[in-house]
Amino acid sequence: MRRYFGRKLLVYGLTFVVAVTVNWMIPRFMPGDPVAGMVARANVSQPAAVEAMKQYYTGLFGFDQPLWRQYLNFWGALLHGDFGISIWVFPTPVSDVIMGAVPYTLGLMIPSVLLSWVVGNRLGAYAARRKLMDNTVLPIGYVLTAMPYMWLAVLLAWGLGVVAGLFPIAGGYSFSMQPNWSAEFLLDLLHHWALPFASLFLVALGGWAIGMRNMIIYELESDYSTYLAALGAPHRLIRRYAFRNAVLPQITGLALQLGVLVAGALVTEIVFSYPGLGSLILKAIQNQDFFLLQGTFMFIVLGVLAANFIIDIVYVVVDPRTRAGMAGAQA
Amino acid sequence: MSLRVSDLKVHYRTLRGDVRALDGVSFELGDAEILGLAGESGCGKTTLGKSLIRMDGRMRHVGGTVELDGTELPIGDDRRMNDFRFHEVSLVPQYSMSALNPTRKIGKMVGELLRSRGVTPDTAKLLGRLDAVGLPHEVLDRYPIELSGGMKQRMVMVVSTLLDPSLLIADEVTSALDVSTQKAVAKALAGFRDDGFVKSMIFITHDISLTYQIADTIMVMYAGKLAEKAPARTIVEAPRHPYTRMLIDSLPEVGVRHTDRRLSGIAGSPPSLLDPPAGCRFRDRCPLAFDRCAEEPPAAEVAPGHFVACWKA
Amino acid sequence: MTALQEAAPRDPRDPRDAAAPVSGRREALHFALRNGKLLAGAGVVLVLLLLGLIGPLTIDAPPNEYVGPPMQGPSPEYWFGTTTFGQDVFAQFVYGLRTTFAAGLLGGVVASLIGMVVGFLAGFRGGLLDEILNMLTNIVLVIPTLAVLLIINAYLGIRSVAAQAIFIGLTSWPWAARAIRAQTFSLRGRDFVDLARLSGSNTWKIITREIAPNMSSYLLLTFILLFGNSILIASSLDFIGLGPTEGVSLGLMLQNASQWSAMQLGMWWWFIPPGAGITAIVGALYVANVGLDEVFNPKLRET
Repeated sequence: MRRYFGRKLLVYGLTFVVAVTVNWMIPRFMPGDPVAGMVARANVSQPAAVEAMKQYYTGLFGFDQPLWRQYLNFWGALLHGDFGISIWVFPTPVSDVIMGAVPYTLGLMIPSVLLSWVVGNRLGAYAARRKLMDNTVLPIGYVLTAMPYMWLAVLLAWGLGVVAGLFPIAGGYSFSMQPNWSAEFLLDLLHHWALPFASLFLVALGGWAIGMRNMIIYELESDYSTYLAALGAPHRLIRRYAFRNAVLPQITGLALQLGVLVAGALVTEIVFSYPGLGSLILKAIQNQDFFLLQGTFMFIVLGVLAANFIIDIVYVVVDPRTRAGMAGAQA
Repeated sequence: MSLRVSDLKVHYRTLRGDVRALDGVSFELGDAEILGLAGESGCGKTTLGKSLIRMDGRMRHVGGTVELDGTELPIGDDRRMNDFRFHEVSLVPQYSMSALNPTRKIGKMVGELLRSRGVTPDTAKLLGRLDAVGLPHEVLDRYPIELSGGMKQRMVMVVSTLLDPSLLIADEVTSALDVSTQKAVAKALAGFRDDGFVKSMIFITHDISLTYQIADTIMVMYAGKLAEKAPARTIVEAPRHPYTRMLIDSLPEVGVRHTDRRLSGIAGSPPSLLDPPAGCRFRDRCPLAFDRCAEEPPAAEVAPGHFVACWKA
Repeated sequence: MTALQEAAPRDPRDPRDAAAPVSGRREALHFALRNGKLLAGAGVVLVLLLLGLIGPLTIDAPPNEYVGPPMQGPSPEYWFGTTTFGQDVFAQFVYGLRTTFAAGLLGGVVASLIGMVVGFLAGFRGGLLDEILNMLTNIVLVIPTLAVLLIINAYLGIRSVAAQAIFIGLTSWPWAARAIRAQTFSLRGRDFVDLARLSGSNTWKIITREIAPNMSSYLLLTFILLFGNSILIASSLDFIGLGPTEGVSLGLMLQNASQWSAMQLGMWWWFIPPGAGITAIVGALYVANVGLDEVFNPKLRET
């Protein structure tokens, strides 16, 4: 068990180092004088912001210092939680800007990812080896999973928002409201959340359903299923076992899909101008706010690593083989 | 008579047409008899084994009957056949290493399987059977991955015979094991018969020398048909069919494991079963072949209990 | 045995093996021409590809030119209508198809190449090299691809289709490497590989002459998935505003439509074609992939 988690943590640790290094290195590859370039590209009107930017960049890059020193400085700042000052909402610290957006992204992602995973698995398992269901679930699943996230978002926003007028299509809550804990505000929040959630949920659903269907068929053809069938065990029992075993690779699949799911959430947020990290990224790009972009990047990497680790733990809890193998009990 | 198979025909549906994997096979199996079923890969022995318990999706029952203890088995009807499985006919598969659900503790799986067949688990009986094959009681609390290959093999044997079936089909059970374990497993299976856990048994293998050690009778199949069936000693010492003779001759000596590769001692390969030629199917490879072999030889009883399908026998 | 049969190991109990040995390649073709999924998927991809190749030849003005009246719905003159600025959506669509195919193809090729090199070496050489490559694969696998591409594109100003596709390829190979490694690992112990090793062939030779041909069908399947994946990533990048600055792609069309409030204005003809185009290409690739899998792997065929 220790070895398993040790290995995983090593990978995650290294990944973090690589991500930080990429984050540090890329700006240095920028053609021309980075400070001047960035200040010029960030067409900020406030002189204070320009000055702060210049100062920050010079301090951050510290071009008079040797490279290794610059690298260490970068780490130092990072470990102090210092992501710099946002240009777009000058002079708010980047970390504050990100923290304001994170709840929206998590509130959108966690339910949609988990729900699509659960429902998709059920649907796929149900469809497997049932002609009629298979012939409907499979094609729909392929269409959904082939859809770009933003396109389904646009379609939903247009169909249910603009044409049918059932849902608002922009923002996290109505412009006329101030965030508070009143039922009215929460309902409004939910109303704005519905479409982006539905969009993320639907696109991911197809992939899980197809994956589960294929896994279940594989399990139903496995030796233990054949053996149970030869002993006359009812389909119900065989399917129950198959489902249980097919869920395991789907858990691993969830970890592998995290990057795609995050990307999907980002573009979906952009479509709905939902005030999460996706909209933040768009704003950062539009305003050439590189600190904000880099901070958001670091934050996404950390989030994905944490989620991966949680999934690893869940996997060990769910798959007896990892535990049995790790306890070293070999008869 | 425990089992009576009459003119059984089972085909495999393929996109190129029907493969006549089993093309009219008849034989009988007495109470407490162990029948060794031998032949090359693709001769129909595994098809025969599957037909008696559960046909896979591509198999089709074309003709003939199977009678077990006086009752006809509905082998072509998956649903009705279910009543007989496990209770009357059971199977020790060739994939014993992976036959147990990897994510269930063995004891729990056995309990669930029994209850699903409407049987109340009898713990004392189960523990007794574990003792009989020398498995510690703790295995019930283990996952399959925690058992060695030999232990899994024995566990599957215990599970398959828990309801004291009338007929047990052991399909290439030893092919995944090493030589020393093979013999132990074969002996354990014979012990199951002696102890009355099963009434009779069909032991399918490509390894005649191993069969010889436990089988009462040996049946040799060739290209979907019976070639020769006789008491084990007769098959090994006085075979009458040229194919059996070449098969026995190709063994370096009795007791040495023979591998599944096509017998080097017999030139040529079996005919396509997609559209098999008329007459004796061994004709093209047979050194004794003559004009009459263009006509199909019936399985004649040349001595009591000794059937041979050859004009020269 | 021919290459294809080796790649998808057959069940030795399969009676068809004993029945009539037919050449594997011919058999694959036989099933390929009868596989509805493969034919339908490949058909859709081909039609769209042809549209992307030939379509632009029939259009005089550049796709971003303001050629017609603004905000027109589909008409005989402008099949897919016009944008807020009077650009011809159909012209943008056919040009966009071209770009999207190019991005998917190039990204898929780059990712396949890296995945193959890493997978073959790790699976075949094993040992320390395997450990290191495995670690590298896992790291790139865990890092969210789009986030890295955001940083790269934002700073370096990657604004050509080729550069965009190459960077997509550089970040999306890990799962392919993993899968190829596993396959190579299982082939490594086969007789014909041992034979090649005994007869003194070097690693490169064994990989290119023995291992790669024996999993060619598998590599093709992997490439198709990477192809579709690249298209989706490229369109996401385009949509965020980090796409190529020159020309037009299906993702950029979506971005423009969204940026200029096409849905609020009810200009469905602006945002439906590009999204439908991407969905059709990627979906058809997936379906063709399933069909091909059935062709190569007899176990998956419907019985």
